[in-house]
Amino acid sequence: MLGPAHYLTVSAILFFLGLAGFISRKNIFILFLSLELMLNGINLSFVAFSRFFNQLDGHIFVFFVIAVAAAEAAISLALIILLFKNRQTLNVDDFDTLKG
Amino acid sequence: METTAYFIILSVIAVIGGLLTITRSHPLSATLSLVMTLIALAGLYALLSADFLFVIQILVYAGAIMALMVFVIMLLNVKEIHLPPEKQIETRVLLALLFLSPIFFLVQRGITMQFGNAVFPQTQAGYGSIEAVGLALYRNHFFPFEVISILLLVALVGVVALAKRRA
Repeated sequence: MLGPAHYLTVSAILFFLGLAGFISRKNIFILFLSLELMLNGINLSFVAFSRFFNQLDGHIFVFFVIAVAAAEAAISLALIILLFKNRQTLNVDDFDTLKG
Repeated sequence: METTAYFIILSVIAVIGGLLTITRSHPLSATLSLVMTLIALAGLYALLSADFLFVIQILVYAGAIMALMVFVIMLLNVKEIHLPPEKQIETRVLLALLFLSPIFFLVQRGITMQFGNAVFPQTQAGYGSIEAVGLALYRNHFFPFEVISILLLVALVGVVALAKRRA
């Protein structure tokens, strides 16, 4: 029988894949996608817990996370477009204007 | 068990999609791999009888957000020379995964200790349906729901302000 442990394991795997991508890649697009991967891993654990405790609060939370992810995607993509127009690169190591 | 077979297939697809997402060099193939993960996750939501989230995941996440990503990559016209010089991506990702594996095993240990033998209880009829989630949203979480609309409005105005700025 399937239990919450199986879903939570998949959720943890997805989260750690996202984290590994975030710390090892240099392409700003891939960093953004890794962030989305982490968000989705957490969403899966929310839904699994919600099903386990027979409540709907987790579903509401995932709904809010998706809405925030949409807002975040719009803003960060606008920022990426501006950065790319200025620097002609996607390398995060080149975006060091704020470095002292 | 039919559900177990579906669960295994969907989670394998999700994990493979995630692995491809963090190892592709071109952003477009990474985005399409992420779409694969998102759709497999929508299937997992359906297995957890979360009908509403299944629809939202496909419609908003895999549909709208990822379409926006693909549009931006297409508009930027990313060529090979714009990509950062990343040599041996697979090795770097593997090293990062190796670096994170102790934490993962701790998390995994915690999951098996807490929920090792737990199984899902029976759900009541209509659990996770659009009606049930909508009622819960409007009865118990009405204020955050309205705040979210303000957040989306702020994001909209912010994006327009950013995009109109002369670089």
